[in-house]
Amino acid sequence: MYDFAYHKPASVADAVKLLSADPDARPISGGQTLLPALKHRLNKPSAIIDLSGIAELRGIRREGDKLVIGALTKHVEVADSAEVKSAIPALAQLAGTIGDTQVRNRGTMGGSVSNNDPAADYPAAVLALDATIVTDKRRIAADEFFLGMFTTALEPGELLVAIEFPIPEKAGYAKMKNPASRYVMAGAFVAKTKSGVRVAINGAGPCVFRQTEMEQALTANWSPDAVASIKQPADDLNSDIHGSAEYRAHLVTVMAKRAVAAAG
Amino acid sequence: MNAVTPFEGIGASVKRKEDLRFLSGRGQYTDDINRPGQAYAYILRSPHAHARIAGIDTATAAAMPGVLAIYTGADTAGLGSIPCGWQIHNKDGSPMAEPRHPMLAEGKVRHVGDQVAVVIAESRAQAKDAAEAIGVDYDVLPAAPTLDAAQVPGAPLVHDGVAGNICYDWHIGDKAVNDAAFAAAAKIVTFETTNNRLVPNAMEPRAAIGDYDTTTGEYTLFTTSQNPHVIRLLMGAFVLQIPEAKLRVVAPDVGGGFGSKIYHYAEEAIVTWAAGKLGRPVKWTCERTESFMSDAHGRDHITKCSLALDANGKFLGLRVHTQANMGAYLSTFAPCVPTYLYATLLAGVYTTPTIYCEVTAVFTNTVPVDAYRGAGRPEATYLLERLVDIAAAETGIDRVEIRRRNFIPNDAFPYQTPVALQYDSGNYTATLDAALQAADWAGFEARRAEAAKHGKLRGIGCSTYLEACGIAPSAVVGSLGARAGLYEVGTIRVHPTGSVTVLTGAHSHGQGHETTFAQLVADRLGVPVAQVDVVHGDTAKVPFGMGTYGSRSLAVGGSAMFKAMDKIIAKGRKIAAHLMEASVEDIEFDRGTFRVAGTDRTKALAEISLAAYVPHNYPIEELEPGLEETAFYDPKNFTYPGGCHIAEIEIDPETGKVSVVNFTAVDDVGRVINPMIVEGQVQGGVAQGIGQALLEHAVYDADGQLLSGSMMDYTMPRADDLPLVGVATHTTLCTHNPLGVKGCGEVGAIGSPPAVMNAVVDALKSYGVRHIEMPATPAKIWGILHAGRKLAAE
Amino acid sequence: MPQVTLTVNGKTSTVEVEGRTLLVELLREKLRLTGTHVGCDTSQCGACVVHVNGDSVKSCTMLALQAEGAEVTTIEGLAKPDGTLHPMQEAFREYHALQCGFCTPGMVMSAIDLVQKHPQGLSEKEIREGLEGNLCRCTGYHNIVKAIAAAQEVMHGRRSELASAAE
Repeated sequence: MYDFAYHKPASVADAVKLLSADPDARPISGGQTLLPALKHRLNKPSAIIDLSGIAELRGIRREGDKLVIGALTKHVEVADSAEVKSAIPALAQLAGTIGDTQVRNRGTMGGSVSNNDPAADYPAAVLALDATIVTDKRRIAADEFFLGMFTTALEPGELLVAIEFPIPEKAGYAKMKNPASRYVMAGAFVAKTKSGVRVAINGAGPCVFRQTEMEQALTANWSPDAVASIKQPADDLNSDIHGSAEYRAHLVTVMAKRAVAAAG
Repeated sequence: MNAVTPFEGIGASVKRKEDLRFLSGRGQYTDDINRPGQAYAYILRSPHAHARIAGIDTATAAAMPGVLAIYTGADTAGLGSIPCGWQIHNKDGSPMAEPRHPMLAEGKVRHVGDQVAVVIAESRAQAKDAAEAIGVDYDVLPAAPTLDAAQVPGAPLVHDGVAGNICYDWHIGDKAVNDAAFAAAAKIVTFETTNNRLVPNAMEPRAAIGDYDTTTGEYTLFTTSQNPHVIRLLMGAFVLQIPEAKLRVVAPDVGGGFGSKIYHYAEEAIVTWAAGKLGRPVKWTCERTESFMSDAHGRDHITKCSLALDANGKFLGLRVHTQANMGAYLSTFAPCVPTYLYATLLAGVYTTPTIYCEVTAVFTNTVPVDAYRGAGRPEATYLLERLVDIAAAETGIDRVEIRRRNFIPNDAFPYQTPVALQYDSGNYTATLDAALQAADWAGFEARRAEAAKHGKLRGIGCSTYLEACGIAPSAVVGSLGARAGLYEVGTIRVHPTGSVTVLTGAHSHGQGHETTFAQLVADRLGVPVAQVDVVHGDTAKVPFGMGTYGSRSLAVGGSAMFKAMDKIIAKGRKIAAHLMEASVEDIEFDRGTFRVAGTDRTKALAEISLAAYVPHNYPIEELEPGLEETAFYDPKNFTYPGGCHIAEIEIDPETGKVSVVNFTAVDDVGRVINPMIVEGQVQGGVAQGIGQALLEHAVYDADGQLLSGSMMDYTMPRADDLPLVGVATHTTLCTHNPLGVKGCGEVGAIGSPPAVMNAVVDALKSYGVRHIEMPATPAKIWGILHAGRKLAAE
Repeated sequence: MPQVTLTVNGKTSTVEVEGRTLLVELLREKLRLTGTHVGCDTSQCGACVVHVNGDSVKSCTMLALQAEGAEVTTIEGLAKPDGTLHPMQEAFREYHALQCGFCTPGMVMSAIDLVQKHPQGLSEKEIREGLEGNLCRCTGYHNIVKAIAAAQEVMHGRRSELASAAE
């Protein structure tokens, strides 16, 4: 790891000030993705801005028909939250399968969503649930947020503050893990929301995406069978030593089917 | 009186003495040790598989904070080559190609991870920072990272002087006799297979600390080694030219080895040499990413084989051609793995009368390949046990029945195979029957049908395996190309008040020697386990030793201790005779008590030892004082554990994921000293075997980059990948060592891969699958199922 | 140089570190608590697991400065001052759940957290899944799973003594 300065601001305003003043500064929350990257010297931040002292970034609360989750909320807190379990059980279940226990004890929702690793779990939930990303500056719809591999609509120095999840009628999540890393090889988050049925696919491609053909099929008939025969095109999906694009395409269908079954 | 309860002796599951320090964080692994004034080394490694080094610019790096020295191949070119411990001869009698293996690259790098320079600095981070500032001008060459790529006409040459990248072209067996058997066969079964390349990944990364005493001129090396005396010999005599008396090698607590910590590695020589140059201790600790590109890998064979059978399914002959990947340089044991630890095992448990095997060993632009748990024997067992299952399928003879028809019968021992080995004992029918029963083989079809109701494909498979271990004897291994002896050394030191220190040349890095060896003393000398201390891993304490690998610690090291105890008892009888005024012939000894035969006159061992050290009433004219004896034991033969492993697996056809749902191992490991430890060894070996069968694969791309170069891409078996492993033993005694022991460290990794793969093929038999290569990953299985479905649809 | 103040195994220390110093480096190199190990550099192996404020974390994936004010427990802090082992340590010994010992400290720390967070008890499958963040190359996990299953009975007070491995 290259050395860096370390700052621990107590407010979002202070954090944003630090980040804006130094384009090479990086925020850290749980650090479960950032620290392994730093250890391999994949990037060289001048300063690390530790967000963990900012109380306003914490907490899970229900606001009418929405669940609002602070950026600094740890995966374990989402998984164990009675509020989340009752409102969006699929989200709690997803959080409980991210990485391993130790990753869940440190990693945060805001960190994961801001990083937008194609093999991460949360982006699928955010996109399928039609969530809204709240930053220190603005509100961003999920459909506008995930732009590409490790790329989001966040501007330099812009901080993710919270995510608002509309409570769906039904939702389910299923994934196949990469046998080695245990990251997502192909996952599907399906949701019946006020804005319609939404299906988000993670792991399989360079960025989480919506599977519209499945959305239409599920709109007509909410059942595992409705998606079982829908083939995901393999074009643009990832291919590596763990599986071809064709295999991942196949898994997309299987995981979508299982996600619908899990949603009930 | 007998001081020991029988529960501590041979056959008791004594809890391990070493556990307390490991469980409370007080283990002392190499990286836990810090020497006063210690500096840190970081090795700059090649990012290219094959390149000429046009120049190295260290000026900027040398001026960076904390940097003490930077060395490159130019500085170490006058030192010796990292030596190889075995020499194999070609078919024509000429010796194998053995190119120089430099400590630091000299003009050329030959694999990703090849060491190019070393930076020594005040801190680890400073050394790493400076290494990044070293400018290396590489002239990148085309690479030959696979067996195929290295053998095509015009392939890049890994070593300029080694034509065709061939290290050796070796054979064993009588080809004419073999050809005749094939000519007479009613049926010939042929198949080709790759034994997947593996990364050992002991959980403790390698580490080394070199220290130099400027006053005495003595060097000390602390290192993560399975055999410190061998490292002292190889590094001292061949690389650095330091006499043994001035070189101490300590292998303290070592966090697993599985073979990968047998070998003498360049980093050991680098830190020792640099400590002398700088007059300061130098510590190097491997990062895991470095381990992947610098620890010797395992396996990596491509084999074509044929089995000739008569009309009744009796094996008439076996013919094998294997290409073995050596990597870029010859690691310490590498040449013997695909020859004497492999081809000699091809008879397995069968009466196959003729076997002919050719082996071509090939240099490639990859990390050196050497012995990994089982070493040669898993490769032989895998091809043989897969071949037998294929033969069963193609002759229509039941898989179990064809094995029974070809077993070496119980009354045939000692049994001479056509490939050099003579088996001393075994009972293959007994281990097979016990395993079939434990696994409920007979009830399997009902379980298959039940699984099918839930959409799962279930399969069962067995392997009836044999291995040769306890590696030794010196004369035999010498005739096979070993450049060292393979005996072992044991010293028994009975202290004045009767406690015992054992000094052994074997090395424990998880095997539990501190307990098992103490049990041998408890059983024989009647000293409680708690009063027996086992010392290993330090050349300054232990007279000599060849170390631990090849399941040899108990069979060879334990036998050396047994012989040393013979001497203790013999001397003790003389002292007892003197003290009790009887003749030596009348003194009996049993578990700590010397008795005048037929009387109640006795002396305890502690009374004898006290007399030996306080010789007031002692036959001082005839006997030297003290009670300490050393014995060297050089066995007459290998030992031959064997048994039967049965795997039951289930495939999720939607994802292709294979789950092992039941695993049964029934092994004949000879006499069992500590059943708890034996079960643990088998379970651990089986886990590595299941890993090879289903999960693990070191994959290089065409440029020689290791694609599975971290635990993010190399699938290490985790708790939820594995089942409970049922272990039972069925003992026939080894006939030629005094303990009757055979060895248990490798059986798990040898017997299990073919059992798992036979089960996977069984599960897919309705898809017309004949063979699947390891590892049977979800993607691979899905590919087969997908192709099968397409076939059905057409 | 920045400073961090933290309490490790009940003892509060203030230590100078670099920004980039990892918690595991602080423990091993500054406090000489070498029971916590480093087995990989990709946060996979779990040899470095310690408890921070009661939760298991990978100390190789946390900056030392992030532990400011934290209560840290390492393998060295588990046994009672009189040497009595924690029931999990005792169970690992009884069930032969360790061989080379290198993964053991992290495995024990993870196992304790796992059991503490599941007072209702864990099945074999749940124990295996709960160990996803810890690699062992020696044991095949068989005896680790058995040890944790036995230890949870004692830790939750359902048994006063550890069930013997021979039972």
